[in-house]
Amino acid sequence: MWTLFHKFGSPPWLYRLSGSILRWLLPLTLLALVAGAVWGLLFTPPDFRQGNSYRIIYIHVPAAVVALAGYYVMAIAGAISLIWRMKMADVAMRATAPVGAALTFVALVTGSIWGKPTWGTWWVWDARITSMLILLFLYLGVIALYEAYENKALAAKACAVLSLVGTVNIPIIYKSVDWWYSLHQPASIKFTGGTTIDPSMLYPLLWMIVAFYALFTCCLLLNMRAEILERESRTAWVRRLAAGE
Amino acid sequence: MSRVPGSAAFCLRLLRRQLVLGLRRPVEIGNPLLFFAIVVALFPLGLGPEPAALAEFAPGILWIVALLAGLLTADTAFRSDYDDGSLEQLLLAPQSLYFASLTYVAAHWLLTGVLLALLSPVFALMLGLPVAAIPTLVLSLLLGTGVLSLVGGIGAALTVGLRRGGMLIGLLILPFQMPVLIFGSGAVQAAVDGVPAGPYLALLGAMLCLAVALAPLAIAAGLRISTDA
Repeated sequence: MWTLFHKFGSPPWLYRLSGSILRWLLPLTLLALVAGAVWGLLFTPPDFRQGNSYRIIYIHVPAAVVALAGYYVMAIAGAISLIWRMKMADVAMRATAPVGAALTFVALVTGSIWGKPTWGTWWVWDARITSMLILLFLYLGVIALYEAYENKALAAKACAVLSLVGTVNIPIIYKSVDWWYSLHQPASIKFTGGTTIDPSMLYPLLWMIVAFYALFTCCLLLNMRAEILERESRTAWVRRLAAGE
Repeated sequence: MSRVPGSAAFCLRLLRRQLVLGLRRPVEIGNPLLFFAIVVALFPLGLGPEPAALAEFAPGILWIVALLAGLLTADTAFRSDYDDGSLEQLLLAPQSLYFASLTYVAAHWLLTGVLLALLSPVFALMLGLPVAAIPTLVLSLLLGTGVLSLVGGIGAALTVGLRRGGMLIGLLILPFQMPVLIFGSGAVQAAVDGVPAGPYLALLGAMLCLAVALAPLAIAAGLRISTDA
């Protein structure tokens, strides 16, 4: 157990491990994404009210789900780096922020594209949309704080504290935005009409959520590898790697 | 035996020191209040002077401006002590940094939030907020600015070691302050509508309790990181 723990603190070991994971995970993920997209876009029945426009949920929902989970991945990595001073947890935290921000952005943009034909407007100050927007701000805040520090070890610590503050705050923000929405908004637009989703639409959606988790993992590992190389650029093993041995 | 003051005595001295330092520079205490007044004056210029429209937006306006004023002063909580090195002495002190952080924030709140809350009725009248809603406004600001000071303290502690922390602090803490805005302006709106504002104030109080308990942990961690820089 402890040797494994120490191995995770070793950049070359993690670099090689992530390399061998990516070798099979990356093609598998791409395959799963293509398969899920084809399944969702071509082989599911059109919605009885929305026609074909609903199909964007196969991108929108997985992006939103993984974006939310990503914040907790980032915070847990931050906690590990604060508690055990594990350098690779810093790297993981730093690598999560842009991926999470990108997924949140994708969820917002696809939601907005779906909203135009369905609700007739690009943007509604709905509780969930507002919460996602705040989540985007939280991710961008972490990135901005990291970039502001010259010393990257301190930057990672500061970001870890910030993301932990965020985990305490996210439930409060969500609850309060929910409450705010139910007070201010007339019930002109219903998110879901209270109907449950049909299995023929649900299975490709679940498939896509799993594929997005895999995509998230791939992006995270790729980002981590880049960050490891940058941090370790002066060490012997990176030089040997760069020399093509 | 050296006589080390206990945490309570230490914090009282620290609080007195911070307050004395603050009161010696009265203009700096006045600045956020002046900012509050000027921004309130912008709204009639931008939205038009119709009393009905202004009164309708008054709860939101007053709360947003309080949020911004709190944001501008957040950076000052630790800045001068960081610059002259007394913050490092504080970290070396044997007393708990948790309570010391809480004391710093308390001093900051007394010099900014409390004064703002006490002055807010004047601006509320200028915007045409019904007089019946003013006690709720003051109470919600008293509770809410406490949370703002505590959360602002986290942002200040994390950025005090940076040369250009000014803009950053807003990006970091404003998302965390949105719940305060929601319930603060909600309380005032409820009072305007004649609905009981108690639940909103209770929620603000709950957030204050949570922030008092947890924010000093983050502030202390942030101060340790910043003084390493």
